[in-house]
Amino acid sequence: MSAETLTLSRAMNEGLRKAMENDPKVLIMGEDVGRLGGVFRVTDGLQKDFGEARVIDTPLAESGIVGTAIGLALRGYRPVCEIQFDGFVFPAFNQITSQLAKMRMRSLGTLELPVVIRIPFGGGIGAVEHHSESPEAYFTHTGGLRVVACSNPADAYTMIQQAIECPDPVIFFEPKRRYWDKAPVDRDLANAAPFDKAVVARPGEDVTVLAYGPMVKTSLEAAQADEGHSIEVIDIRSLNPLDEETVLASVRRTGRCVVVHEAPVFSGYGGELAARITEKCFYHLEAPVLRVGGFSTPYPPSRLEDHYLPDLDRVLDAVDRTFAW
Amino acid sequence: MIVDAARGAPLGTDAQSPPSELVQLLTPEGERVEHPDYDVNLTPDEIKSLYRDLVIVRRIDAEAVALTRQGELGIWASLLGQEAAQIGSARALRTDDMAFPSYREHGVAYCRGVDPLDLLGLFRGVNHAGWDPKEHNFHLYTIVIGSHALHATGYAMGIQRDGTENAAIVYFGDGATSQGDVNEAFVWSAAQNAPVVFFCQNNQWAISEPLEKQSRIPLYRRAEGFGFPGIRVDGNDVFAVQAVTKKALENARSGQGPTLIEAYTYRMGAHTTTDDPTRYRLQAELESWKLKDPIERVKAYLVKNEMADRTFFDAIEAEAKGVGSDLRKRCLELPDPEATAIWENVYATEHPMLADERAGFTSYLESFEEVSR
Repeated sequence: MSAETLTLSRAMNEGLRKAMENDPKVLIMGEDVGRLGGVFRVTDGLQKDFGEARVIDTPLAESGIVGTAIGLALRGYRPVCEIQFDGFVFPAFNQITSQLAKMRMRSLGTLELPVVIRIPFGGGIGAVEHHSESPEAYFTHTGGLRVVACSNPADAYTMIQQAIECPDPVIFFEPKRRYWDKAPVDRDLANAAPFDKAVVARPGEDVTVLAYGPMVKTSLEAAQADEGHSIEVIDIRSLNPLDEETVLASVRRTGRCVVVHEAPVFSGYGGELAARITEKCFYHLEAPVLRVGGFSTPYPPSRLEDHYLPDLDRVLDAVDRTFAW
Repeated sequence: MIVDAARGAPLGTDAQSPPSELVQLLTPEGERVEHPDYDVNLTPDEIKSLYRDLVIVRRIDAEAVALTRQGELGIWASLLGQEAAQIGSARALRTDDMAFPSYREHGVAYCRGVDPLDLLGLFRGVNHAGWDPKEHNFHLYTIVIGSHALHATGYAMGIQRDGTENAAIVYFGDGATSQGDVNEAFVWSAAQNAPVVFFCQNNQWAISEPLEKQSRIPLYRRAEGFGFPGIRVDGNDVFAVQAVTKKALENARSGQGPTLIEAYTYRMGAHTTTDDPTRYRLQAELESWKLKDPIERVKAYLVKNEMADRTFFDAIEAEAKGVGSDLRKRCLELPDPEATAIWENVYATEHPMLADERAGFTSYLESFEEVSR
């Protein structure tokens, strides 16, 4: 009864609002998040309702956004930072990987850093350069960070609240090309899976497709279109920590696995998945784990991005190849 | 200022020129001088207490250098010469103010009640920091230059939101003023009017790079461009440093925003114990700064004004010696951590992958014990 159809952007917005209502220490900070409501309108109306002290229009300085968020967290606040676009996170890289990630360990556990860094990521919107990137592997490689990606409005609503409640720093990836996708959102958090668990987005028998963020929808469409095979799609959701149990159980059952992400395949997150699955499901595998993803190049100009980004056909091509082995 | 872009380097000398606008209350000879804007009213006991602080932290520092030479510490960043800048500013803080140090602030740590042994842990490699920052209101050391200027600024924004009358102070060196994070912290604190004091110890050298490689103007003048006051103080004058810092902190606490303090001082030792300053600077420069020693001038003042006698100085010397030998003894007793410490405190919440790694490595280690049995 509490389910209502929302866009992913709106679901994020309502999740943030709920977190701010529940805890006065929750702050929102970022470029254009106040009066404008964020370039994707994720923070729309929040400054009006919670004031400028809690929804902070920051200077245009990403290192400053994360660096001051760390200071606010040290003072007992729970800042939620918005990095406007994936390609703009790199000026904040030191603050995230060398400062935020390590501070708890360096302090022998005396400091807590409940900072959430929201990053709209991925391509497919015809943007100019630096607006379509998938930098998740840089962060999954860094101990001390939790890295999650939502793929749909329902998860956006619950996962952002779970991330804000988490005492560890969380990098929260949002699939920017799915911001305007609509789906029912259950507002009862008690029904939600924990945010560090993967979920089976579509059950199947013959092959497991692993995806997260924007590629979940692509994978589901591929599964729908494939009349020859029963494809199980798993939404990884939590990249670090990885919910191995859900992933391995599926692959042990199907014996075949395809990993899909937009980021370059080489040294990408899919490489870690493939290695772990190979190590832990070796005798169950009928074929090597195949990876579908971006090429080993900078992100191309947008007129070429349809070639660069995995689509339904490239997922199905990989699925077919696992059966041809 | 007339800028001759073609000549470049010579303009840099301006940044290092004899400081004309230096706040000084105690000359190197121990003469008390007046300043139109700053004053201190210290009792003889308070002055003697500052003297004691200065001598003890110099001794702690010397002991740590010696421990490094003997292989007991991996490295040490000596504060020699900067004692007054650190003691003067730290003694201006209230207990509930928050300090964000770089990695040379052993004197500030001492004033914040941090056991010097906990500083040694980092340099010995048994931990990354041995103290609880919240207990002492003294944050962890920050080694990536200037990163913590933003942490201090954010913390100060938190103070504003809490509505308490506190301030944050952040310590960094002349080299850090070139870092983006420090400049971003200037921008942020100005825009937010945050209660933060930027305390720059200009010790003239960023490892081997002199100030003219970093700035065309005196560092304190950078503040003006960001929209808040900057002031240069004789960093070897503990009275002046305390007076200037106290004022800046009061301004911060009362809603007047940030201040940049440039404490003009000198790094008498090497950058760290692995450095060799004879490769890049002249002995004559060192000799000239020896005449401006921060401790000698307080001693001269105490003697001239008959506030302390030989008995006092001997007692302080003996106390410092005791602190040093106690520190040495405890340093040698510091145990290496257990291997499993690697996985501790990385996350607040359960992390199955780390638990697996830890279990796997533990049984790997145990397999050696079985063999050796």
